[in-house]
Amino acid sequence: MTDSAPSLAAAVLSGSRRALARALTWVENEHPDSAALLSTLYPHGGRAWVVGITGAPGTGKSSLVTALALRLRQQGETVAILAVDPTSPFTGGAILGDRIRMRDLSGDSGVFIRSMATRGSLGGLIRVLDAAGFDRVLVETVGAGQSEVDIARAAQTTVVVEAPGLGDDVQAIKAGILEIADVLAVNKADRAGAENTVRALRAMLELGHPTQRNRMVNHHGQRMSAEAPTQDDHEAELWVPPLVRTVATREATPENDGIGDLLDAIDRHRAHLTHADGDKLRQRQRGRIEGELLDRLSHALMARLLAALPAGTLEAAIDDVQSRQRSPHHAVQSLLDSAGKAAQPNGV
Amino acid sequence: MTDRAIRILIAKPGLDGHDRGAKVIARALRDAGFEVIYTGLRQTPEMIAEAALQEDVDVVGLSILSGAHQTLVPVIRQTMNAHDLADVPLILGGIIPEQDHAEMAQAGVEAIFGPGTSTADIVTTIRRIVAERGEPTA
Ligand SMILES: Nc1nc2c(ncn2[C@@H]2O[C@H](COP(=O)(O)OP(=O)(O)O)[C@@H](O)[C@H]2O)c(=O)[nH]1
Ligand SMILES: [Mg+2]
Repeated sequence: MTDSAPSLAAAVLSGSRRALARALTWVENEHPDSAALLSTLYPHGGRAWVVGITGAPGTGKSSLVTALALRLRQQGETVAILAVDPTSPFTGGAILGDRIRMRDLSGDSGVFIRSMATRGSLGGLIRVLDAAGFDRVLVETVGAGQSEVDIARAAQTTVVVEAPGLGDDVQAIKAGILEIADVLAVNKADRAGAENTVRALRAMLELGHPTQRNRMVNHHGQRMSAEAPTQDDHEAELWVPPLVRTVATREATPENDGIGDLLDAIDRHRAHLTHADGDKLRQRQRGRIEGELLDRLSHALMARLLAALPAGTLEAAIDDVQSRQRSPHHAVQSLLDSAGKAAQPNGV
Repeated sequence: MTDRAIRILIAKPGLDGHDRGAKVIARALRDAGFEVIYTGLRQTPEMIAEAALQEDVDVVGLSILSGAHQTLVPVIRQTMNAHDLADVPLILGGIIPEQDHAEMAQAGVEAIFGPGTSTADIVTTIRRIVAERGEPTA
Protein backbone atom coordinates (compact mmCIF):
# COMPACT_ATOMS: atom_id res chain seq x y z
CA MET A 1 0.00 0.00 0.00
CA THR A 2 1.08 3.53 -0.80
CA ASP A 3 3.25 4.90 1.94
CA SER A 4 4.25 8.45 1.10
CA ALA A 5 2.06 11.48 1.57
CA PRO A 6 2.25 12.69 -2.06
CA SER A 7 1.41 9.32 -3.58
CA LEU A 8 -1.35 8.66 -1.06
CA ALA A 9 -2.84 12.10 -1.74
CA ALA A 10 -2.64 11.49 -5.48
CA ALA A 11 -4.41 8.16 -5.08
CA VAL A 12 -7.15 9.74 -2.95
CA LEU A 13 -7.66 12.46 -5.55
CA SER A 14 -7.83 9.90 -8.34
CA GLY A 15 -10.71 8.19 -6.56
CA SER A 16 -9.07 5.16 -4.96
CA ARG A 17 -11.28 4.01 -2.09
CA ARG A 18 -8.49 1.99 -0.54
CA ALA A 19 -6.29 5.07 -0.51
CA LEU A 20 -9.10 7.12 0.96
CA ALA A 21 -9.55 4.58 3.75
CA ARG A 22 -5.82 4.63 4.46
CA ALA A 23 -5.70 8.42 4.39
CA LEU A 24 -8.44 8.53 7.01
CA THR A 25 -6.42 6.12 9.15
CA TRP A 26 -3.36 8.34 8.86
CA VAL A 27 -5.26 11.39 9.95
CA GLU A 28 -7.06 9.60 12.75
CA ASN A 29 -3.83 8.18 14.13
CA GLU A 30 -1.85 11.35 13.64
CA HIS A 31 0.59 9.52 11.43
CA PRO A 32 3.87 11.50 11.15
CA ASP A 33 3.06 12.34 7.51
CA SER A 34 -0.60 13.18 8.06
CA ALA A 35 0.08 16.92 8.19
CA ALA A 36 1.79 16.71 4.80
CA LEU A 37 -1.09 14.63 3.48
CA LEU A 38 -3.69 17.12 4.70
CA SER A 39 -1.73 20.02 3.29
CA THR A 40 -1.60 18.38 -0.13
CA LEU A 41 -5.32 17.62 -0.04
CA TYR A 42 -6.40 20.98 1.36
CA PRO A 43 -6.57 22.96 -1.92
CA HIS A 44 -8.91 20.30 -3.33
CA GLY A 45 -11.54 20.70 -0.64
CA GLY A 46 -14.26 23.21 0.03
CA ARG A 47 -17.00 21.70 -2.10
CA ALA A 48 -18.77 19.28 0.21
CA TRP A 49 -21.71 20.34 2.34
CA VAL A 50 -21.03 18.93 5.79
CA VAL A 51 -24.06 17.97 7.86
CA GLY A 52 -23.73 16.99 11.51
CA ILE A 53 -26.37 14.67 12.93
CA THR A 54 -26.24 14.64 16.69
CA GLY A 55 -28.43 13.45 19.54
CA ALA A 56 -28.71 10.99 22.39
CA PRO A 57 -28.04 7.28 21.84
CA GLY A 58 -31.03 5.47 20.38
CA THR A 59 -32.76 8.51 18.93
CA GLY A 60 -32.28 7.03 15.46
CA LYS A 61 -29.30 8.97 14.14
CA SER A 62 -27.78 6.08 12.18
CA SER A 63 -31.16 5.21 10.71
CA LEU A 64 -31.72 8.84 9.82
CA VAL A 65 -28.30 9.17 8.22
CA THR A 66 -29.07 6.09 6.14
CA ALA A 67 -32.44 7.45 5.05
CA LEU A 68 -30.88 10.81 4.18
CA ALA A 69 -28.08 9.18 2.24
CA LEU A 70 -30.54 7.07 0.24
CA ARG A 71 -32.50 10.19 -0.64
CA LEU A 72 -29.35 12.09 -1.59
CA ARG A 73 -28.23 9.22 -3.79
CA GLN A 74 -31.56 9.35 -5.61
CA GLN A 75 -30.74 12.97 -6.35
CA GLY A 76 -27.39 11.91 -7.73
CA GLU A 77 -25.25 13.27 -4.92
CA THR A 78 -22.32 11.26 -3.60
CA VAL A 79 -22.27 10.78 0.16
CA ALA A 80 -19.59 10.12 2.74
CA ILE A 81 -20.62 9.15 6.24
CA LEU A 82 -18.54 9.47 9.37
CA ALA A 83 -20.10 7.61 12.28
CA VAL A 84 -18.55 8.49 15.61
CA ASP A 85 -19.15 6.23 18.59
CA PRO A 86 -17.72 6.88 22.00
CA THR A 87 -14.63 5.07 23.17
CA SER A 88 -14.86 3.06 26.33
CA PRO A 89 -13.30 5.32 28.95
CA PHE A 90 -11.75 2.32 30.69
CA THR A 91 -9.96 0.47 27.94
CA GLY A 92 -9.73 2.87 25.03
CA GLY A 93 -11.52 0.23 22.99
CA ALA A 94 -14.83 0.66 21.26
CA ILE A 95 -17.61 -1.23 19.56
CA LEU A 96 -18.55 0.68 16.46
CA GLY A 97 -21.99 -0.57 15.48
CA ASP A 98 -23.51 2.16 13.38
CA ARG A 99 -23.01 0.22 10.16
CA ILE A 100 -25.65 -2.26 11.34
CA ARG A 101 -28.29 0.34 10.47
CA MET A 102 -26.60 1.33 7.21
CA ARG A 103 -27.02 -1.98 5.47
CA ASP A 104 -29.18 -0.49 2.73
CA LEU A 105 -26.25 1.62 1.58
CA SER A 106 -23.96 -1.32 0.88
CA GLY A 107 -22.83 -2.01 -2.64
CA ASP A 108 -23.15 1.62 -3.71
CA SER A 109 -19.89 3.08 -4.97
CA GLY A 110 -21.30 6.58 -4.45
CA VAL A 111 -21.29 6.03 -0.70
CA PHE A 112 -18.37 5.70 1.67
CA ILE A 113 -18.90 4.89 5.34
CA ARG A 114 -16.29 5.18 8.04
CA SER A 115 -16.75 4.45 11.74
CA MET A 116 -14.53 5.99 14.33
CA ALA A 117 -14.19 6.17 18.08
CA THR A 118 -14.13 9.60 19.65
CA ARG A 119 -10.46 10.35 19.31
CA GLY A 120 -8.39 11.86 16.58
CA SER A 121 -9.36 14.79 14.52
CA LEU A 122 -12.89 15.02 13.22
CA GLY A 123 -12.03 18.17 11.31
CA GLY A 124 -9.13 16.49 9.53
CA LEU A 125 -11.22 13.46 8.57
CA ILE A 126 -13.90 15.71 7.12
CA ARG A 127 -11.27 17.53 5.08
CA VAL A 128 -10.03 14.27 3.60
CA LEU A 129 -13.56 13.27 2.56
CA ASP A 130 -14.19 16.73 1.20
CA ALA A 131 -11.03 16.62 -0.91
CA ALA A 132 -11.98 13.13 -2.12
CA GLY A 133 -14.89 14.85 -3.86
CA PHE A 134 -18.04 13.80 -2.01
CA ASP A 135 -20.97 16.16 -2.44
CA ARG A 136 -22.15 15.61 1.13
CA VAL A 137 -20.44 14.53 4.27
CA LEU A 138 -22.82 13.31 6.97
CA VAL A 139 -21.30 13.12 10.44
CA GLU A 140 -23.11 11.16 13.13
CA THR A 141 -22.07 11.96 16.69
CA VAL A 142 -23.53 11.11 20.06
CA GLY A 143 -24.74 14.29 21.64
CA ALA A 144 -22.86 14.17 24.87
CA GLY A 145 -20.32 16.49 26.35
CA GLN A 146 -17.80 18.11 24.09
CA SER A 147 -18.50 16.14 20.93
CA GLU A 148 -21.66 18.04 20.10
CA VAL A 149 -19.84 21.34 20.20
CA ASP A 150 -17.03 19.87 18.11
CA ILE A 151 -19.44 18.76 15.45
CA ALA A 152 -21.19 22.10 15.41
CA ARG A 153 -17.80 23.59 14.71
CA ALA A 154 -16.94 21.16 11.93
CA ALA A 155 -20.33 21.00 10.21
CA GLN A 156 -22.06 23.59 8.08
CA THR A 157 -25.50 22.43 9.10
CA THR A 158 -26.11 20.73 12.44
CA VAL A 159 -29.21 18.58 12.85
CA VAL A 160 -30.15 17.78 16.44
CA VAL A 161 -32.21 14.62 16.74
CA GLU A 162 -34.69 14.00 19.52
CA ALA A 163 -37.11 11.12 19.91
CA PRO A 164 -39.95 10.18 22.22
CA GLY A 165 -39.64 7.44 24.75
CA LEU A 166 -36.08 7.97 25.90
CA GLY A 167 -36.94 9.73 29.12
CA ASP A 168 -36.22 12.89 27.20
CA ASP A 169 -38.87 15.08 28.74
CA VAL A 170 -38.74 18.84 28.73
CA GLN A 171 -36.12 19.09 31.43
CA ALA A 172 -33.92 16.41 29.96
CA ILE A 173 -33.61 18.10 26.59
CA LYS A 174 -30.48 20.02 27.25
CA ALA A 175 -30.54 23.68 26.44
CA GLY A 176 -26.97 23.34 25.19
CA ILE A 177 -27.92 21.05 22.39
CA LEU A 178 -30.62 23.42 21.19
CA GLU A 179 -28.04 26.16 20.90
CA ILE A 180 -26.10 24.28 18.29
CA ALA A 181 -29.14 23.14 16.29
CA ASP A 182 -29.63 24.56 12.82
CA VAL A 183 -32.39 22.02 12.26
CA LEU A 184 -34.34 19.99 14.81
CA ALA A 185 -35.59 16.53 13.93
CA VAL A 186 -38.12 14.72 16.07
CA ASN A 187 -37.51 11.19 14.91
CA LYS A 188 -39.74 8.17 15.62
CA ALA A 189 -42.68 10.37 14.75
CA ASP A 190 -44.60 7.11 14.35
CA ARG A 191 -44.33 6.50 18.09
CA ALA A 192 -46.76 7.55 20.76
CA GLY A 193 -45.42 10.54 22.60
CA ALA A 194 -43.82 12.14 19.54
CA GLU A 195 -46.20 15.08 19.81
CA ASN A 196 -45.12 15.67 23.40
CA THR A 197 -41.52 15.85 22.27
CA VAL A 198 -42.52 18.26 19.51
CA ARG A 199 -44.43 20.43 21.99
CA ALA A 200 -41.55 20.45 24.46
CA LEU A 201 -39.09 21.51 21.77
CA ARG A 202 -41.47 24.14 20.41
CA ALA A 203 -41.87 25.59 23.87
CA MET A 204 -38.12 25.83 24.30
CA LEU A 205 -37.71 27.38 20.87
CA GLU A 206 -40.42 29.91 21.52
CA LEU A 207 -38.86 30.92 24.78
CA GLY A 208 -36.06 31.92 22.50
CA HIS A 209 -33.00 29.90 23.29
CA PRO A 210 -29.98 32.02 24.18
CA THR A 211 -28.22 31.68 20.86
CA GLN A 212 -31.18 32.95 19.01
CA ARG A 213 -31.44 35.96 21.29
CA ASN A 214 -27.76 36.67 21.01
CA ARG A 215 -27.90 36.48 17.28
CA MET A 216 -30.64 39.04 17.21
CA VAL A 217 -28.93 41.36 19.65
CA ASN A 218 -25.61 41.08 17.87
CA HIS A 219 -27.28 41.58 14.60
CA HIS A 220 -28.91 44.79 15.67
CA GLY A 221 -25.95 45.94 17.69
CA GLN A 222 -23.62 45.51 14.77
CA ARG A 223 -25.72 46.48 11.87
CA MET A 224 -27.79 49.31 13.27
CA SER A 225 -24.84 51.63 13.61
CA ALA A 226 -23.84 51.20 10.00
CA GLU A 227 -27.20 50.92 8.35
CA ALA A 228 -30.69 50.07 9.42
CA PRO A 229 -31.47 46.51 8.38
CA THR A 230 -34.15 46.25 5.77
CA GLN A 231 -36.86 43.66 6.09
CA ASP A 232 -35.04 41.57 3.50
CA ASP A 233 -31.79 41.83 5.34
CA HIS A 234 -33.48 40.82 8.50
CA GLU A 235 -35.03 37.74 6.98
CA ALA A 236 -31.73 36.74 5.56
CA GLU A 237 -29.85 37.28 8.82
CA LEU A 238 -32.05 35.46 11.26
CA TRP A 239 -32.29 31.73 11.12
CA VAL A 240 -34.86 30.06 13.31
CA PRO A 241 -34.21 26.32 13.46
CA PRO A 242 -37.08 24.51 11.75
CA LEU A 243 -38.58 21.49 13.46
CA VAL A 244 -39.16 18.42 11.32
CA ARG A 245 -40.91 15.14 12.18
CA THR A 246 -39.23 12.06 10.72
CA VAL A 247 -39.61 8.30 10.63
CA ALA A 248 -36.21 6.93 9.77
CA THR A 249 -36.99 3.25 9.62
CA ARG A 250 -37.61 1.53 6.37
CA GLU A 251 -41.13 0.41 7.22
CA ALA A 252 -42.43 3.93 6.75
CA THR A 253 -43.88 4.80 3.41
CA PRO A 254 -41.55 7.29 1.76
CA GLU A 255 -44.40 9.75 1.15
CA ASN A 256 -44.79 10.54 4.81
CA ASP A 257 -41.49 9.66 6.43
CA GLY A 258 -40.45 13.30 6.67
CA ILE A 259 -37.00 12.59 5.21
CA GLY A 260 -37.75 14.86 2.28
CA ASP A 261 -38.74 17.59 4.74
CA LEU A 262 -35.53 17.10 6.66
CA LEU A 263 -33.44 17.35 3.53
CA ASP A 264 -35.44 20.40 2.58
CA ALA A 265 -34.73 22.05 5.92
CA ILE A 266 -31.01 21.29 5.54
CA ASP A 267 -30.98 22.75 2.07
CA ARG A 268 -32.86 25.85 3.21
CA HIS A 269 -30.24 26.34 5.88
CA ARG A 270 -27.58 25.94 3.25
CA ALA A 271 -29.33 28.51 1.06
CA HIS A 272 -29.56 30.81 4.06
CA LEU A 273 -25.81 30.62 4.61
CA THR A 274 -24.91 30.91 0.95
CA HIS A 275 -27.46 33.66 0.34
CA ALA A 276 -26.02 36.86 -1.15
CA ASP A 277 -22.94 35.23 -2.62
CA GLY A 278 -22.25 33.25 0.51
CA ASP A 279 -21.32 36.24 2.58
CA LYS A 280 -22.61 34.71 5.77
CA LEU A 281 -20.89 31.42 5.05
CA ARG A 282 -17.60 33.18 4.42
CA GLN A 283 -17.97 35.12 7.67
CA ARG A 284 -18.65 31.92 9.55
CA GLN A 285 -15.72 30.18 7.90
CA ARG A 286 -13.41 33.05 8.71
CA GLY A 287 -14.39 32.82 12.35
CA ARG A 288 -13.69 29.11 12.39
CA ILE A 289 -10.41 29.43 10.54
CA GLU A 290 -9.33 32.13 12.96
CA GLY A 291 -10.21 29.87 15.87
CA GLU A 292 -8.32 26.97 14.35
CA LEU A 293 -5.24 29.02 13.53
CA LEU A 294 -5.10 30.52 17.01
CA ASP A 295 -5.55 27.05 18.49
CA ARG A 296 -2.77 25.59 16.42
CA LEU A 297 -0.55 28.56 17.05
CA SER A 298 -0.92 28.30 20.79
CA HIS A 299 -0.17 24.57 20.67
CA ALA A 300 2.88 25.17 18.52
CA LEU A 301 4.12 28.01 20.68
CA MET A 302 3.63 25.98 23.81
CA ALA A 303 5.50 23.03 22.34
CA ARG A 304 8.33 25.32 21.26
CA LEU A 305 8.45 26.98 24.63
CA LEU A 306 8.51 23.74 26.58
CA ALA A 307 11.24 22.42 24.30
CA ALA A 308 13.28 25.55 24.95
CA LEU A 309 13.05 25.26 28.73
CA PRO A 310 16.24 23.89 30.28
CA ALA A 311 15.65 20.53 31.94
CA GLY A 312 14.25 20.77 35.43
CA THR A 313 13.11 24.39 35.12
CA LEU A 314 9.43 23.53 35.14
CA GLU A 315 9.82 21.21 38.14
CA ALA A 316 11.78 23.88 40.00
CA ALA A 317 9.02 26.39 39.29
CA ILE A 318 6.41 23.97 40.59
CA ASP A 319 8.49 23.52 43.77
CA ASP A 320 8.74 27.28 44.24
CA VAL A 321 5.02 27.77 43.85
CA GLN A 322 4.22 24.89 46.15
CA SER A 323 6.53 26.20 48.88
CA ARG A 324 5.11 29.69 48.36
CA GLN A 325 8.47 31.16 47.49
CA ARG A 326 6.94 32.42 44.29
CA SER A 327 3.44 33.17 43.14
CA PRO A 328 2.18 31.35 40.03
CA HIS A 329 2.30 34.69 38.26
CA HIS A 330 5.98 35.21 39.01
CA ALA A 331 6.79 31.61 38.23
CA VAL A 332 5.32 32.01 34.76
CA GLN A 333 7.29 35.20 34.21
CA SER A 334 10.54 33.47 35.06
CA LEU A 335 9.64 30.43 32.97
CA LEU A 336 9.10 32.73 29.99
CA ASP A 337 12.43 34.40 30.75
CA SER A 338 14.37 31.16 30.92
CA ALA A 339 12.73 29.83 27.76
CA GLY A 340 13.62 33.10 26.05
CA LYS A 341 17.24 32.94 27.23
CA ALA A 342 17.57 29.30 26.25
CA ALA A 343 16.29 30.18 22.81
CA GLN A 344 18.96 32.88 22.28
CA PRO A 345 21.64 31.48 19.99
CA ASN A 346 24.57 32.58 22.18
CA GLY A 347 22.88 32.81 25.53
CA VAL A 348 22.75 36.12 27.32
CA MET B 1 1.58 5.39 17.22
CA THR B 2 2.45 2.38 19.33
CA ASP B 3 -0.72 2.77 21.39
CA ARG B 4 -2.86 2.80 18.28
CA ALA B 5 -5.89 0.54 18.75
CA ILE B 6 -6.17 -2.54 16.56
CA ARG B 7 -9.19 -2.24 14.30
CA ILE B 8 -11.08 -5.43 13.64
CA LEU B 9 -14.19 -6.13 11.60
CA ILE B 10 -16.36 -8.78 13.22
CA ALA B 11 -18.68 -10.12 10.55
CA LYS B 12 -21.37 -12.74 10.51
CA PRO B 13 -21.72 -14.15 7.00
CA GLY B 14 -24.35 -16.63 5.98
CA LEU B 15 -27.74 -17.27 7.41
CA ASP B 16 -27.10 -17.90 11.14
CA GLY B 17 -29.99 -16.48 13.04
CA HIS B 18 -28.23 -15.18 16.12
CA ASP B 19 -25.08 -13.33 16.97
CA ARG B 20 -24.71 -13.78 20.70
CA GLY B 21 -21.28 -15.37 20.35
CA ALA B 22 -20.04 -12.66 18.02
CA LYS B 23 -21.22 -9.99 20.44
CA VAL B 24 -19.46 -11.63 23.37
CA ILE B 25 -16.22 -11.63 21.37
CA ALA B 26 -16.80 -8.04 20.29
CA ARG B 27 -17.15 -6.92 23.90
CA ALA B 28 -14.10 -8.89 25.00
CA LEU B 29 -12.03 -7.30 22.25
CA ARG B 30 -13.30 -3.85 23.14
CA ASP B 31 -12.32 -4.48 26.73
CA ALA B 32 -8.87 -5.43 25.49
CA GLY B 33 -8.63 -2.00 23.83
CA PHE B 34 -9.58 -2.97 20.26
CA GLU B 35 -11.82 -0.95 18.01
CA VAL B 36 -14.43 -3.43 16.87
CA ILE B 37 -16.51 -2.66 13.82
CA TYR B 38 -19.63 -4.73 14.08
CA THR B 39 -21.96 -4.98 11.10
CA GLY B 40 -24.75 -7.34 12.17
CA LEU B 41 -26.19 -10.53 10.76
CA ARG B 42 -26.23 -11.99 7.26
CA GLN B 43 -23.31 -10.22 5.69
CA THR B 44 -22.57 -11.08 2.09
CA PRO B 45 -18.93 -11.48 0.99
CA GLU B 46 -19.27 -8.17 -0.86
CA MET B 47 -20.52 -6.41 2.27
CA ILE B 48 -17.65 -7.83 4.30
CA ALA B 49 -15.00 -6.80 1.79
CA GLU B 50 -16.55 -3.36 1.40
CA ALA B 51 -16.68 -2.74 5.15
CA ALA B 52 -13.13 -4.04 5.63
CA LEU B 53 -11.92 -1.68 2.93
CA GLN B 54 -13.77 1.44 4.06
CA GLU B 55 -12.91 0.88 7.70
CA ASP B 56 -9.25 0.07 6.88
CA VAL B 57 -9.25 -2.71 9.43
CA ASP B 58 -6.15 -4.61 10.51
CA VAL B 59 -7.93 -7.93 10.58
CA VAL B 60 -11.30 -9.49 9.71
CA GLY B 61 -12.95 -11.94 12.08
CA LEU B 62 -15.71 -14.17 10.76
CA SER B 63 -18.20 -15.88 13.03
CA ILE B 64 -19.79 -18.89 11.41
CA LEU B 65 -22.03 -21.31 13.28
CA SER B 66 -24.07 -22.65 10.38
CA GLY B 67 -21.51 -25.14 9.12
CA ALA B 68 -21.26 -23.26 5.84
CA HIS B 69 -17.61 -22.27 6.38
CA GLN B 70 -16.38 -24.44 3.52
CA THR B 71 -18.41 -22.52 0.98
CA LEU B 72 -18.31 -19.08 2.63
CA VAL B 73 -14.68 -18.68 3.64
CA PRO B 74 -13.01 -19.17 0.24
CA VAL B 75 -15.47 -16.79 -1.41
CA ILE B 76 -14.92 -14.15 1.27
CA ARG B 77 -11.15 -14.46 0.97
CA GLN B 78 -11.36 -14.14 -2.82
CA THR B 79 -13.72 -11.19 -2.65
CA MET B 80 -11.40 -9.45 -0.22
CA ASN B 81 -8.43 -10.14 -2.49
CA ALA B 82 -10.36 -8.74 -5.41
CA HIS B 83 -10.85 -5.55 -3.38
CA ASP B 84 -7.09 -5.25 -2.97
CA LEU B 85 -7.31 -6.55 0.59
CA ALA B 86 -5.04 -9.57 0.18
CA ASP B 87 -2.86 -8.23 2.99
CA VAL B 88 -5.69 -8.16 5.53
CA PRO B 89 -5.66 -11.35 7.62
CA LEU B 90 -8.76 -13.44 8.13
CA ILE B 91 -9.60 -15.27 11.34
CA LEU B 92 -12.48 -17.56 12.05
CA GLY B 93 -14.63 -18.30 15.07
CA GLY B 94 -17.54 -20.66 15.58
CA ILE B 95 -18.08 -24.35 15.26
CA ILE B 96 -15.45 -25.59 12.84
CA PRO B 97 -14.77 -29.34 12.98
CA GLU B 98 -11.14 -30.31 13.52
CA GLN B 99 -10.94 -32.09 10.15
CA ASP B 100 -11.78 -28.87 8.31
CA HIS B 101 -8.98 -26.81 9.85
CA ALA B 102 -6.38 -27.65 7.22
CA GLU B 103 -8.81 -26.76 4.46
CA MET B 104 -9.57 -23.44 6.18
CA ALA B 105 -5.87 -22.67 6.46
CA GLN B 106 -5.59 -23.46 2.77
CA ALA B 107 -8.39 -20.99 2.10
CA GLY B 108 -6.41 -18.27 3.87
CA VAL B 109 -7.63 -18.43 7.46
CA GLU B 110 -4.84 -17.58 9.88
CA ALA B 111 -6.45 -18.67 13.13
CA ILE B 112 -9.51 -20.62 14.22
CA PHE B 113 -11.18 -20.13 17.58
CA GLY B 114 -13.57 -22.81 18.74
CA PRO B 115 -16.29 -22.32 21.34
CA GLY B 116 -13.89 -23.15 24.19
CA THR B 117 -11.16 -20.63 23.35
CA SER B 118 -10.52 -18.13 26.12
CA THR B 119 -10.83 -14.49 25.19
CA ALA B 120 -7.30 -13.94 26.49
CA ASP B 121 -6.04 -16.43 23.90
CA ILE B 122 -8.04 -14.75 21.17
CA VAL B 123 -6.64 -11.34 22.09
CA THR B 124 -3.06 -12.61 22.18
CA THR B 125 -3.37 -14.40 18.85
CA ILE B 126 -4.91 -11.40 17.10
CA ARG B 127 -2.20 -9.14 18.47
CA ARG B 128 0.45 -11.52 17.18
CA ILE B 129 -1.12 -11.83 13.73
CA VAL B 130 -1.44 -8.06 13.36
CA ALA B 131 2.10 -7.49 14.64
CA GLU B 132 3.46 -9.99 12.10
CA ARG B 133 1.94 -7.93 9.32
CA GLY B 134 3.83 -4.93 10.57
CA GLU B 135 2.43 -1.55 11.47
CA PRO B 136 0.02 -1.03 8.58
CA THR B 137 0.18 2.72 8.61
CA ALA B 138 3.93 3.11 8.96
N1 LIG C 1 -40.31 3.32 15.49
C1 LIG C 1 -39.19 3.86 15.02
N2 LIG C 1 -38.01 3.32 15.35
C2 LIG C 1 -36.88 3.88 14.88
C3 LIG C 1 -36.92 5.04 14.06
N3 LIG C 1 -35.64 5.38 13.75
C4 LIG C 1 -34.84 4.49 14.36
N4 LIG C 1 -35.58 3.58 15.04
C5 LIG C 1 -35.09 2.47 15.85
O1 LIG C 1 -34.41 2.99 16.97
C6 LIG C 1 -33.30 2.18 17.30
C7 LIG C 1 -32.03 3.00 17.36
O2 LIG C 1 -31.75 3.47 16.07
P1 LIG C 1 -30.30 3.97 15.63
O3 LIG C 1 -30.43 4.50 14.25
O4 LIG C 1 -29.29 2.91 15.86
O5 LIG C 1 -30.09 5.15 16.68
P2 LIG C 1 -28.74 5.94 17.09
O6 LIG C 1 -28.19 5.28 18.29
O7 LIG C 1 -29.21 7.32 17.39
O8 LIG C 1 -27.82 5.89 15.92
C8 LIG C 1 -33.26 1.07 16.28
O9 LIG C 1 -33.91 -0.06 16.81
C9 LIG C 1 -34.04 1.64 15.12
O10 LIG C 1 -34.64 0.64 14.33
C10 LIG C 1 -38.20 5.58 13.72
O11 LIG C 1 -38.32 6.59 13.03
N5 LIG C 1 -39.30 4.96 14.24
MG1 LIG D 1 -25.82 5.31 15.76
